[in-house]
Amino acid sequence: MPVLVFTESANGTFKKSNFEAVSYGARIATQLNTEAYVIDFENLSDDVLKSLGDYGATKVYRVANEALKNFDAGLFAKVLNDVAKKLNAATVIFSFNYSGKAIAPVLAAKMNAGYVAGAIDIPVMEGRTMKIRKNVFSGKAIALYAIHSENKIIALTSNTVAPEKTENKCSVENLEITITATDSKVKVKEVVKASGKITLSDADIVVSAGRGLKGPENWGMVEEMANILGAATACSRPVADIHWRPHEEHVGQTGLTVRPNLYIALGISGAIQHLAGVNGSKVIVVINKDPEAPFFKAADYGIVGDVFEVVPKLNEAFKKFKAGA
Amino acid sequence: MKFLVCISKAPDTTTKIAFTDNNTKFNNDKVVFIVNPYDEWYALVRALELKEKLGGTVTVINVGAADTDAIIRKALAIGADDAVRIDAEPVDAMFVAKQIAEYVKENAYDIVLCGKETIDYNGSEVGGMIAGLLDWGFVSLASSLELNGNTATLNREIAGGHETVEVTIPFVLSAAKGMAEARIPNMRGIMAARTKPVAVVAPSASENYTSILSYELPNDKTGVKLVSADNVSELVALLHNEAKII
Ligand SMILES: Cc1cc2nc3c(=O)[nH]c(=O)nc-3n(C[C@H](O)[C@H](O)[C@H](O)COP(=O)(O)OP(=O)(O)OC[C@H]3O[C@@H](n4cnc5c(N)ncnc54)[C@H](O)[C@@H]3O)c2cc1C
Repeated sequence: MPVLVFTESANGTFKKSNFEAVSYGARIATQLNTEAYVIDFENLSDDVLKSLGDYGATKVYRVANEALKNFDAGLFAKVLNDVAKKLNAATVIFSFNYSGKAIAPVLAAKMNAGYVAGAIDIPVMEGRTMKIRKNVFSGKAIALYAIHSENKIIALTSNTVAPEKTENKCSVENLEITITATDSKVKVKEVVKASGKITLSDADIVVSAGRGLKGPENWGMVEEMANILGAATACSRPVADIHWRPHEEHVGQTGLTVRPNLYIALGISGAIQHLAGVNGSKVIVVINKDPEAPFFKAADYGIVGDVFEVVPKLNEAFKKFKAGA
Repeated sequence: MKFLVCISKAPDTTTKIAFTDNNTKFNNDKVVFIVNPYDEWYALVRALELKEKLGGTVTVINVGAADTDAIIRKALAIGADDAVRIDAEPVDAMFVAKQIAEYVKENAYDIVLCGKETIDYNGSEVGGMIAGLLDWGFVSLASSLELNGNTATLNREIAGGHETVEVTIPFVLSAAKGMAEARIPNMRGIMAARTKPVAVVAPSASENYTSILSYELPNDKTGVKLVSADNVSELVALLHNEAKII
């Protein structure tokens, strides 16, 4: 009973979160004495698909049906359920991202599977029970889950389990799945992507700013820092609420959860609801003029100072570092 | 149009999280519970707006014991017409989804709305599971919903942007920020909520697929290293040499 890993590239290229999911699936497969197969719905070349073998997949199945160009979580789950039956698979791995969050719960219902959404470590098997940790209470705690059912689905939180390279023994095969017109219920009419910008949920570095910036006209220096560092920009909730910044940038308990390697907070107080969305970051830098700002308690590095003085100087220092590096 | 809005009970966002019974149970002593913000602010309010515009009814449904009454009354005070409580402890997302799907099979609804996730277990699960169980269309992380006859147009968040999708009723959605603005209940709403009907329904049989064995708190940060505002290049050096992230 192979372990299946669902992958979705970013415009034809696989990225770190895909390697993480494949490597994770391969390590679970080893524990279960079986192999990890990738299921990919895009029409990608053999070479691109085969590259997933570097992370332990022994087979990649290409399910390239015209109908799958239209993202419909229900349709994708139906096809994955058919694939799982065909390959006699009981375990399916997703990345805990926009697509995974949409497809995995539908598939769980169709497969009668126990589902852990947002796992943060490699599962441990105890008989047929699988034990896995995941973040709960918006990052304020961790829970140890047990999946008791025969079929199991896990969506892996990005940047939590490092991918491991192995010798590539991977082959690529096509898999035909019958899709009828009534299988698809949701039709995509238009896709809008902000071009050139780094996606916040995938970013390694995030530069975030709060009400301390005083007004939307002052975001130039925030964007400049993001440009120098190759970072995405984010903001606190009130900043999005008063429309200084687009709401896609709002991070925190009621916004996006991010777990970058580096989170730089400029003029953000560090309210508990804000921290909930960012405290999974590896390193946190806080710049705030109030030495009592609660964010300093959650930070690794800090500067007590006025953002309007510190940030321009820091941008110069980052620029110098990048030029020398 | 008949709207069914799934509401969950969640600890207030300022709650200090702690556990009891050897870290196997959430300590709800002195915890204030609220309607899960995504359910209340976005799913419920958008359903009410569309009902006000197009006619129909808005029912809220909760799977929970009698102690969820307060949050059900809050949803009624904001404007829901009536409520259903499936009388059972919600053991996991699949259990909740099965209870709601069973109820929907017996009672005709056009659109089932959930919040995009609960702020306690953060799974983003129940909506998709209901759709899977009913074999209805599912739109996740929807940031807008418009109706034109039986056809709905929604925006949904995707990596690096958003997309517009179309689906015909019946379907399930999970609501994200942007769908509506939170409403504060007024005195009249609060008074009216007292007499609105709440049907208490016995749960249907369901097995448990997952359980939580124990909880732990994340490691605290060891303490912040402060750098002088006059010496910002030291921060750059620390990020490079010590943290090794730039
Ligand atoms: C139910 C609920 C959910 C919430 N969800 C979220 C959420 O998801 N995300 C979120 O962010 N918030 C959330 N909040 C709001 C949260 O409680 C805080 O109000 C918010 O995070 C504060 O944003 P801020 O830090 O930008 O602003 P403020 O609290 O106003 O802080 C501004 C900070 O900037 C500093 N500052 C001012 N001027 C300067 C300067 N010149 N130089 C340097 N520093 C300066 C100040 O010292 C202060 O610390 C939620 C609240 C509730 C009730």
